[in-house]
Amino acid sequence: MQKNSPVINEKVAFETLEMRGITKRFPGVLANDNVNFDLRAGEVHALLGENGAGKSTLMKILYGMYHPDAGEILINGKTVRINSPTSAIQQGIGMIHQHFMLVPTLTVAENVALGLPSSRKPLTDLDRVSERIISLADKYHLSIDPSAYIWQLSVGQQQRVEIIKALYRGAAILLLDEPTAVLTPQEVNELFAIMRQMQSDGYGLVFISHKLHEVISISERVTVLRDGRNVGTRLTCDVTQNTLAKWMVGREIEFIKSTDKPQVGEVRLALEDVSCRSDRGVEGLRGVNLTVHSGEIVGLAGVSGNGQLELAEALTGLRPITKGRILIEGEDVTGKKPAEITEKGLSYIPEERMKDGMIRDFSISENLVLREHHKMPFSKHGFLQMSYINDHADRLIEQYRVKTPSRKTLAKSLSGGNIQKVLLARELSREPRAIVAAQPTRGLDIGASEYVHEQLLMERKKGTAILLISEDLDEILALADRIAVIYEGKIMDILPRETATKEDIGLLMAGVHPGETIRNEKCD
Amino acid sequence: MPPKQATSDLRLKDRAGSIFDQLMPIFATLAALLVGAIFLMLLGANPLVAYGALAQGAFGSFNAFTETLVKAVPLLLVGLGTCIAYRGSVTNIGGEGQMIIGAILSTWFGLTFTELPGWLAIIIAMLLGIIGGMIWGGIPGILKAYFNVNEILSTVMMNAIAVQVMNYLMRGPMIDPVQREAASQIPQTARLLETYRLPRLSPTRLHMGLLIAILLAVAVYFLLWRTTLGYRIRAVGQSQPASKYGGIDVKKHIVVALLLSGAFAGLAGMMQVYGVNYRMITDGSATGFTGNAGFNGIVAALFGQLHPLITIPASVLFGGLLVGANAMQRVVQVPSALITALNGLVVVFVVSSEFFRRRSQKRRQSQFGTELAEPEDAEMQQEAGEA
Repeated sequence: MQKNSPVINEKVAFETLEMRGITKRFPGVLANDNVNFDLRAGEVHALLGENGAGKSTLMKILYGMYHPDAGEILINGKTVRINSPTSAIQQGIGMIHQHFMLVPTLTVAENVALGLPSSRKPLTDLDRVSERIISLADKYHLSIDPSAYIWQLSVGQQQRVEIIKALYRGAAILLLDEPTAVLTPQEVNELFAIMRQMQSDGYGLVFISHKLHEVISISERVTVLRDGRNVGTRLTCDVTQNTLAKWMVGREIEFIKSTDKPQVGEVRLALEDVSCRSDRGVEGLRGVNLTVHSGEIVGLAGVSGNGQLELAEALTGLRPITKGRILIEGEDVTGKKPAEITEKGLSYIPEERMKDGMIRDFSISENLVLREHHKMPFSKHGFLQMSYINDHADRLIEQYRVKTPSRKTLAKSLSGGNIQKVLLARELSREPRAIVAAQPTRGLDIGASEYVHEQLLMERKKGTAILLISEDLDEILALADRIAVIYEGKIMDILPRETATKEDIGLLMAGVHPGETIRNEKCD
Repeated sequence: MPPKQATSDLRLKDRAGSIFDQLMPIFATLAALLVGAIFLMLLGANPLVAYGALAQGAFGSFNAFTETLVKAVPLLLVGLGTCIAYRGSVTNIGGEGQMIIGAILSTWFGLTFTELPGWLAIIIAMLLGIIGGMIWGGIPGILKAYFNVNEILSTVMMNAIAVQVMNYLMRGPMIDPVQREAASQIPQTARLLETYRLPRLSPTRLHMGLLIAILLAVAVYFLLWRTTLGYRIRAVGQSQPASKYGGIDVKKHIVVALLLSGAFAGLAGMMQVYGVNYRMITDGSATGFTGNAGFNGIVAALFGQLHPLITIPASVLFGGLLVGANAMQRVVQVPSALITALNGLVVVFVVSSEFFRRRSQKRRQSQFGTELAEPEDAEMQQEAGEA
């Protein structure tokens, strides 16, 4: 490295990466059992598996966050020891986390330079960092302004900053942990274009996902993990979605789809010209009109942060509205307290299950009565009726197949899927008239998602009105009878399922009506 | 599956670690006494002799033990209030002020209405003590819930106000008429009627307040874990968003937690008057009346891990420390300031041990793969739990 140039690591020379016989044991469970995995320069290798299959553990070992109990890692044929993320970066390994590691109040350049020595100590060398960012961004069509603040950027753009950060540090191997989970379909396409460009430049990319069609479309090879073991590594062109799904779950699975015509009844939920503020004090909803009928599922599609949370909270009485009316079964409930709205028979599955829907340090039985702890038979004259509460818990644990050592287990020690089961058990056992379900399968594996979908379809059959808020278009297309798209606090359009296409929904999610001329945002 | 042996070893280690965590306050007290020993040696006293005298003074005789219990009563009552407040995630540092106001109200009543049967007077006095404490705890509660005023600051400030109210009343409106005439003008009230005093286990000073406090400890346990109100207070303390979602009025229950917490301190104040001194007296500071019980009670509750039933022995232990320290001072002839320092050391060590306890708990959890709440890890932990 010559003097006075900014401290940049040139791309590390990389031919092959091999993980051999990796074993990682946690008490009572084998997270990785003699796993072999390899990556070549110039390929995208997909790593597929359910939650708990061990794919994150494997990648955390590669990135130096866990230490394997057995096995070795070879880069370019030589054994290396990776003790920490720092040493992983020195070996040319970069990781794009699912939750971005960026400081929102700093600029792109500042974030990239963070933690790296300056070439002009003790002064910063941000102008040089910026130059380098621009050259990297140009090369991969990342279109990022180094002087922009992170908080001004969309989620997709923030992801590109993460990629630049890794490239800037000389990464030749990129581990992408479920990178498409937060993106619109269009943004996914852009990400894939970037990945292909990097691939042709000799980078090695590991793509972690559980979305089968994405794996099929982007990867050269695919490795499936199940219960900590490598079920198989294949060329992607040799496999189909169905075989992959079977390997992942270990059995045949059917993709649930509601095909029957909905038995639509009266209007159960109605929002009339509803506006409200977001937590930041700006307009969260801007004049939303939406109805959900008995016996139908209305899907609310949109990129995260476009008013979905505000809409759910306005409906459930958790957020005051500034304009408009909310009706449940024709009755005006505007301004009513959450407890009163719960009384009207509205159940709510919140997006942030652990924060908003459950009390971490309460037991399962205590959490199961969160909504009705003050009512008969769980409470009589202000005293909790423990025998009813315990029976209720035992019954629901069995009925909803919650995996737990006992009803006394604290919510925080349950797995994501089981937490969602407890929540569903509580919300559905109340025999609701209407349900607001926000991201009900986020973070769940295929088995648990399947279960949630079955439950929702069963409620639909019973005539419950369901508002399904989801960022997962596949989920919405599979379940919803009508699809509303929200963008910046407004409902862009409501499409019947029969005529809705992914492309149209994607455009609406980006705030564009299909057929409109699309501005080229790259010129911004 | 890994060999069973290794797993059960890990589990055993985990269990041992968690027992160690539970005993942390005891270790902290021992560590504080160890540091205290250095002070004692610097002052030329033999620490062994000194601590021997302390133990003897606190628990060495029936009389000593009853004195310890007398000291434990206000600690336990304030401690119970602390349990409720902390479970509701509010920090009540206002025990001193709440004790004083409770004492003032009940004393005023006892000196004003002198025609009542004793049992009735005592019950009314207790209620007034409770009300006084509730007023003084409720104000910071309302300020926190509806005006977002930090309750730690406001309760401390309310202490200062209570002290000055007490000083004013003892020197003026409520002063003992005898003292008003006399030249000494000692700031104290007249004595309560004999029939108005809490029954004692004569010849000791141990009064009925101990029994009431222990019954209340059981009642608080019931309140927190067996009533709807307790459920709500704990829910609000654990997660405000989830409580709101569950239809619980978060603001109201913040106020309720502080009201209840104040009620217990107010009752403690009443008992100091009706059970121990039979009059209110001030030396110009809060300590002169409360003997620091409003603060030490918090420590006793922390020592008792905020569990009302464990707070009972914790209060006795702290009461013993206070009584024994006096004995120690007499025997080894160290300045009384050292006693205060020793007391302070225990507080600092116990309170900071809480930090270490949490940290070691966290470390254990991450070592065994829990707290990193990622679904994958949680799933594993879950399976580990079942294995």
